[in-house]
Amino acid sequence: MTTINPIEEKSEAKSQEVKEHIEEHEDHRIFGLVAFLIADGMTFAGFFAAYLTFKAVNPLPPGAIYELELALPILNTALLLISSATFHRAGKFLHKNNTTECRRWLMLTAILGIAFLISQMFEYFSLPFGLTDNLYASTFFALTGFHGLHVTLGTFMILIVWWQSRFPDGRITPDNDFPFEAAELYWHFVDGIWVVLFIILYLL
Amino acid sequence: MTIAIPPASKKPSGSLQPKSWFKYFSFSLDHKVIGIQYLICGFVFYLIGGALASAIRIELASPISDFMPRDIYNQVLTLHGTIMIFLWIVPVVNGAFGNYLIPFYVGARDMAYPRLNAVAFWMIPPSGLMLISSYFITGAAQSGWTAYPPLSITTPAAGQIIWILSVLLLGGSSIFGGINFIATIIKLRRPGLKLMQLPMYCWAMLGTSILVVLSTPVLAGTLILLSFDIVAHTGFFNPTLGGNVIVYQHLFWFYSHPAVYIMVLPAFGLVSEILPVHCRKPLFGYVTMVYSIMAIVVLGLVVWAHHMFTSGTPPWMRLFFTIATAFIAVPTGIKFFNWVATLWGGKISLNSAILFSCGFIINFVLGGITGVALAQVPFDIHVHDTYFVVAHFHYIVYGGSVFVIFSSIYHWYPKFTGKLMNETIGRLHFILTFIGFNLCFAPQHWLGLNGMPRRVAEYDPQFELINQISSLGALLMALSTIPFLLNVIYSAFKGRPSGDNPWRGLTPEWLTSSPPPIENWKGEAPLVSEPYGYGVEISEGSILSGESK
Repeated sequence: MTTINPIEEKSEAKSQEVKEHIEEHEDHRIFGLVAFLIADGMTFAGFFAAYLTFKAVNPLPPGAIYELELALPILNTALLLISSATFHRAGKFLHKNNTTECRRWLMLTAILGIAFLISQMFEYFSLPFGLTDNLYASTFFALTGFHGLHVTLGTFMILIVWWQSRFPDGRITPDNDFPFEAAELYWHFVDGIWVVLFIILYLL
Repeated sequence: MTIAIPPASKKPSGSLQPKSWFKYFSFSLDHKVIGIQYLICGFVFYLIGGALASAIRIELASPISDFMPRDIYNQVLTLHGTIMIFLWIVPVVNGAFGNYLIPFYVGARDMAYPRLNAVAFWMIPPSGLMLISSYFITGAAQSGWTAYPPLSITTPAAGQIIWILSVLLLGGSSIFGGINFIATIIKLRRPGLKLMQLPMYCWAMLGTSILVVLSTPVLAGTLILLSFDIVAHTGFFNPTLGGNVIVYQHLFWFYSHPAVYIMVLPAFGLVSEILPVHCRKPLFGYVTMVYSIMAIVVLGLVVWAHHMFTSGTPPWMRLFFTIATAFIAVPTGIKFFNWVATLWGGKISLNSAILFSCGFIINFVLGGITGVALAQVPFDIHVHDTYFVVAHFHYIVYGGSVFVIFSSIYHWYPKFTGKLMNETIGRLHFILTFIGFNLCFAPQHWLGLNGMPRRVAEYDPQFELINQISSLGALLMALSTIPFLLNVIYSAFKGRPSGDNPWRGLTPEWLTSSPPPIENWKGEAPLVSEPYGYGVEISEGSILSGESK
């Protein structure tokens, strides 16, 4: 297998871009991420629509249990909202070029994310119903599980950014902050989804 | 990632494009190569899906299931639908021509995210192979391309799960492509190029990509829930466990009705590119075309329940979705009249490209009329799940999209290869396809009105003659592929050299060499403010091209 052609093309593309089209190649990655998050939000919208329809149309069968305690979810909400704030603070330190503080706040954000996941796990084990017990139970686990998957991915992103910023002039600097910005945007998105989910699943 | 290579001081030769075939079957980030990859990959799947369609028509030539057992028929039917929609039309009208043309049209050197672009393409072959191999390994899914529960929950699980996985992969590929198109059209426009100066295909792709980004994730979420029902025995869509099948239908059609526009809007755009070139007239009504595309996008998102009029839909919902669906006929009609007005009085050269485009216009009007009829509840209840729906759908996606794909291949083949296709064989291909298509699907309207249900291997013997006529048409369609394939291969080697601009087109992709160099233009990208300024002096061109309506 000789992969000469693609590499040649790429390098040629690079050189010409650098030569002629510097202003055209500004960074559009955040734009793409926003478009992706809109798509991702539509997945949640589908789930929410399904849940609300189930709730409006399908009565709970006799004998089925579907009771939600509010204490842990409120703690979870607080954890995620605080983590959004800490991430924002980390960003401020990054742009002040204070990497040590930035990394400290990033780590705090990741720990809050992990704490959320652990607390969510506690909630799962303390619930009086299981995945296949009834329609609402299934929907509850599908929604929170899908959101938990997002939190897990977001936590990994934060840890990767934390690892990459370990050198002051490394991959993450105030000038090259795309990985940081992307992780932050994603994290705020996940938090926002949680707030909607909390309202729909626990309060309505 | 960071390959710092100093600006090479090489002078661009006539063709920077490496000539080897290998390039088209390996990883590449060049939008043109990825476009061709989409096209070739899609066409291979078209041949497979076509073979399955032939098997279906052979089976239906007799009223009893003698050619294949019933469960095999169901698998073939499911594979045919899934392959043709997700692996042929969607990737080709969006991925192939979009990737090839959009960077030219916006004056860019590549798509906004070339790596994401390559990822989006390379998700397609594995998922297609997975889907097809499921037939041989575990038995393919049997519940049709709609995978309605409870049917999809009760049929054998392995094939259905593979089907779900491959559709999820294809959906992901589609979303990545859509994000890329939106970013390219919005963000990568050449400085000085206004939105209302873009060729129509850009608008079509922008609308399509918005639909893709908004609706495909809903299908993905739905299929994830369906897979839980199959694997983990949850009860989302399983009535015996308290679930609700109607919710699946709503969520499924929230994607799958826009999916029809995802298949046909790019075709609208391609036709709008091809017609003005070959009849030497500006595209009629540019501004109305743009607005009608955007109207179709908005309306297309709120008409899904017209697929569910027999699913116990409440009357207010029937009323709303009937009216919304009927409204779609208005922007579509505007586009149709604009195409006719573009042709009107033009200096038409009847080559294969415009023949297929005109074939599209005829077929699409017929399919559109039956579509308006199907939106009316009383009529829909009568013909629901009959061959009338099959006929309508194929008039839209085959008579519409596939005719346009062929037209586009004839039109842009010189661009891809620098060679002209053989016109005589091309016209033969058109005649065979047009007659075969109409012979195959027009009689199915009659079948449906008389009550022949779709998706069954056996039917009442009174329908035998009409079904045989339909199968004869299918045979012609199958035969029509042969001259086309021969033409493509023959022209690649022995075709007449086309020069850079054989059709004297004014859209930006013709203003460079054929095939184009790697970075699309040797110097600056040209600023094309009059993509359709045919037959008018340049000074007065702006009057006709829609700038001042």
